[in-house]
Amino acid sequence: MTDVIEPTQTGLQVPEVPTGEPHGHAGHEDHGPSGILKWLTSTDHKVIGLSYMITAIAVFYISGIMALVMRLQLASPHSSLLSFSQYNALFTMHGSLMLYLFAGPFAFGGLANYIVPLQIGAPDMAFPRLNALSYWLYLTGSITMMLGFFVAGGAAQFGWVAYAPLSSATSSPGAGPDTWIMALVLTGFSAIFTGVNLCGTIFYLRAPGMTMFRMPIFTWNMLVTGILILIAFPVLTAALVMLFCDRHFDTHIYTAVGCHLVNGLPMRSCGSPLLWQNLFWFFGHPEVYILALPFFGIVTEIFPVFSRKPVFGYKGMVFATMSIAALSTGVWAHHMFTTGAVLLPFFSLLSLLIAVPTGIEFFNWIGTMWHGQLRFTTPMLFSVGFLFAFLMGGVTGIMLASPPIDFATHDTYFVVAHFHQVLIGTAVFAGFAGLYYWYPKMFGRMLHEGLGKWHFWLLFIGFWVTFMPQYVLGLLGMPRRVASYPSNLGWQSYNIVSTVGAFIIGVSFAFLLVNFVVSWRKPIPAGDNPWDGQTLEWFTTSPPPHHNYTHLPPIRSERPTWDYNHPDALNVPHGKAAHTNGKTNGKVRAGV
Amino acid sequence: MGTANSSFLAGFDSVGAVDPSLTSAPPDTPESPGRRHKSARRRLAAAGVVLGAILLGGCQLPTFGAYKGSTSQARSTFHLWQGFFIAGLIVGGLVFLLIVWAVFRYRKRSDDVPVQTQYHTVLEIIYTVVPVLIVIGLFIATVVVENKVTAVEPNPYTELHVYAFQWGWEFQYDNGVKVIGQTTAAPTMVLPTGKTVRVYLRSYDVLHGFYVPEFNFSRYASPGYWTSFDLHVLHNGVYRGQCTQLCGLYHSLMFFNVRSVSPAAFQTWLHTTGAFQRQHPNSIGQLPAGIHANINGTAPGYSGSSGNTGNS
Ligand code: HEM
Ligand SMILES: [Cu+2]
Repeated sequence: MTDVIEPTQTGLQVPEVPTGEPHGHAGHEDHGPSGILKWLTSTDHKVIGLSYMITAIAVFYISGIMALVMRLQLASPHSSLLSFSQYNALFTMHGSLMLYLFAGPFAFGGLANYIVPLQIGAPDMAFPRLNALSYWLYLTGSITMMLGFFVAGGAAQFGWVAYAPLSSATSSPGAGPDTWIMALVLTGFSAIFTGVNLCGTIFYLRAPGMTMFRMPIFTWNMLVTGILILIAFPVLTAALVMLFCDRHFDTHIYTAVGCHLVNGLPMRSCGSPLLWQNLFWFFGHPEVYILALPFFGIVTEIFPVFSRKPVFGYKGMVFATMSIAALSTGVWAHHMFTTGAVLLPFFSLLSLLIAVPTGIEFFNWIGTMWHGQLRFTTPMLFSVGFLFAFLMGGVTGIMLASPPIDFATHDTYFVVAHFHQVLIGTAVFAGFAGLYYWYPKMFGRMLHEGLGKWHFWLLFIGFWVTFMPQYVLGLLGMPRRVASYPSNLGWQSYNIVSTVGAFIIGVSFAFLLVNFVVSWRKPIPAGDNPWDGQTLEWFTTSPPPHHNYTHLPPIRSERPTWDYNHPDALNVPHGKAAHTNGKTNGKVRAGV
Repeated sequence: MGTANSSFLAGFDSVGAVDPSLTSAPPDTPESPGRRHKSARRRLAAAGVVLGAILLGGCQLPTFGAYKGSTSQARSTFHLWQGFFIAGLIVGGLVFLLIVWAVFRYRKRSDDVPVQTQYHTVLEIIYTVVPVLIVIGLFIATVVVENKVTAVEPNPYTELHVYAFQWGWEFQYDNGVKVIGQTTAAPTMVLPTGKTVRVYLRSYDVLHGFYVPEFNFSRYASPGYWTSFDLHVLHNGVYRGQCTQLCGLYHSLMFFNVRSVSPAAFQTWLHTTGAFQRQHPNSIGQLPAGIHANINGTAPGYSGSSGNTGNS
């Protein structure tokens, strides 16, 4: 690319920004330990962010292999590949690993950790040591979770939601469920600390000129995610502690055993299984948005860059994200429609309403591309893939928000298809879009575009082949979480197609591995700003120096690097666009 | 539970011999005034949505993969599904086309920097307000159908207590008839066609899901509290059911059947089976060890005490 900036050229109007290190020492990184010890003791957000991402991707591959084994099992109605208990353990671990230990940590532990300080011109996270603690808790939690496979009785088998009273000591004895609980308590604290850190960083460490309404949408979304984490995760942790007490100290918080009436009143350790569901989903539904908002943020960085335009409807986007977050705290019981014990219209309305801000985001993404100059690099392809996947998952999500339709499809493969389309849309399409997009920033080398495109197209095809038949299976009445199914109901052919699709997805991810190896063995140099990026992180070197910036460009809009590189092409209000045609009339409109 | 099942069949077969119409579907579905009233309300529902007109002609529309529904409740759900599917098709299709258009039309053609448009207030207001209106429409349709589906009639034709357990079902009729079946021998619930039946649902142990695909309906069977709903089966027939909520090791095998027969045949079956079970108490299947049938206390419904839905 022609417009790579050398940091040394960015002279003149650059304000001096404290980088947290005394002047003249910016280059001194190698005091203190080196090698593995350096990695172990590092509090640099970039090192921690990378550790997070590498761990999360490893978790993703492990969990993906479990998915393939399950799909193999389901390719025939009475397969003997897995026993019932092995199957139950596999989907429990697959779901738990993907949700708790891949999607979230990859986004807010990995990408956010690495990118947010760069995007707001901060030298590091607000609490670097807490950040390191977060990572080590996360790693310990991940290992603890997987250790479940090696204890007597095997891993937990109660699904990723651990519904009471199936998760009680009577119904799920053994140490596997306990390692599951411990793992989630550890990673829960890790998430809470990261949430604190993100909020602190974004509120207090923005560079001069970086007002809240000049922050990139990715940073905005990470702020909102951080707040959601602080709302949701403590509830999960508390619920888990109570579950642990139920299992070991006979507290009967979630079990109805021992309930009987004395003088018409329930007496003696009379617990409620519904309580677990309420607590879990009070965490769980914000969690779903904790797993979505960061990824919305990623594609909102990518669309403008590869359309060579600003984000369309920036402020609307921010408010849409906030209202998604607000609504997401009031919809938890839409997972409980079929309990017969929740107020259906309330939760249905709030759930349906989430479609509105989500729709706004969709239109803003399309509006960003509208009249742009679209370059279909790998990150852009993955982002467009996200749009299609999330659209399908979103439409079926609206159907499920209607209680009668939910009654008909709850806990069937319809739901399995729905949440995989949403989650793969976000965590996989958008998540790996982010990886392809920021990889050059992290390593100063490109990922191979050709291999990246193979990865994308195979994933895209495999995705539809895997999950579309599952909608049909759900409507036919195939329940989820079954290891075998009747052979006379015509379900097998759809299952075979789904299994084939899953293996296409599997192959697509082999291309990513090859891509890593290629970029490691035969580096393609990236320069500092290979994509003509617009936000601050593309201003510094790739990879960035120890404390990120030696100097900064003026920050007058939400895309300082673009302004710096394209001084004639500042944002214009819509009405004046035709006349000014890319030239400014002295007014900088954005961000005021 | 072989014994349970065979005794159950014994009772049933004798009925079948009396009434051969059991196995063939009846030609007519009873069209009571109540049902006509319901379809009028369905019209009202449809008026709430933009797609009202299409919904009214629901019968001609494709099923979009769903069951038309074998209970009157399921029919309502089915029409709602059609409405949502069409709405989804229109809105989703529109967004889909917009994406496709943007992706193909605005491919990079030159190195010119495009106009840096950032806001278009009118457009933004439109695509906020229109979705709100659509959501209101969907919500109204939802509430109308949901009220029908969850409505419980004050005077059901009969009541049924359903208990789920690891891994099977127990169906209790109000004359004391019990049908119990586990994994390998799925129990059959006999229902009267064209009559409203109240089902009280509960679990002896963990959560289970009472689900009959062709009824477009599922409900958790939970320990600790009773939940109830009405079924009004429209046609004679056998409908398969299965547990949908993960309940442990043999969750995959927790089947049951619903067999709907004419009210007369239902009565005969009920009395024959009742008499048989009174003479041969041992023929009633056993619940797995560790389950005590009375852990749930007084069941609601018998002798009209249907208000008891709390812990007991
Ligand atoms: C890569 C392709 C994937 C395939 C082929 C796949 C396959 C499966 C299968 C076969 C099940 C068990 C379904 C059942 O028996 O009910 C399952 C469950 C699940 N998957 Fe995936 N999966 C994939 C990716 C993902 C991703 C990326 C996520 C999340 C980010 C995810 C989250 C879940 C969850 C939450 C469950 C539910 C677990 C439970 O029922 O407790 N999956 N998946
Ligand atoms: Cu069950």
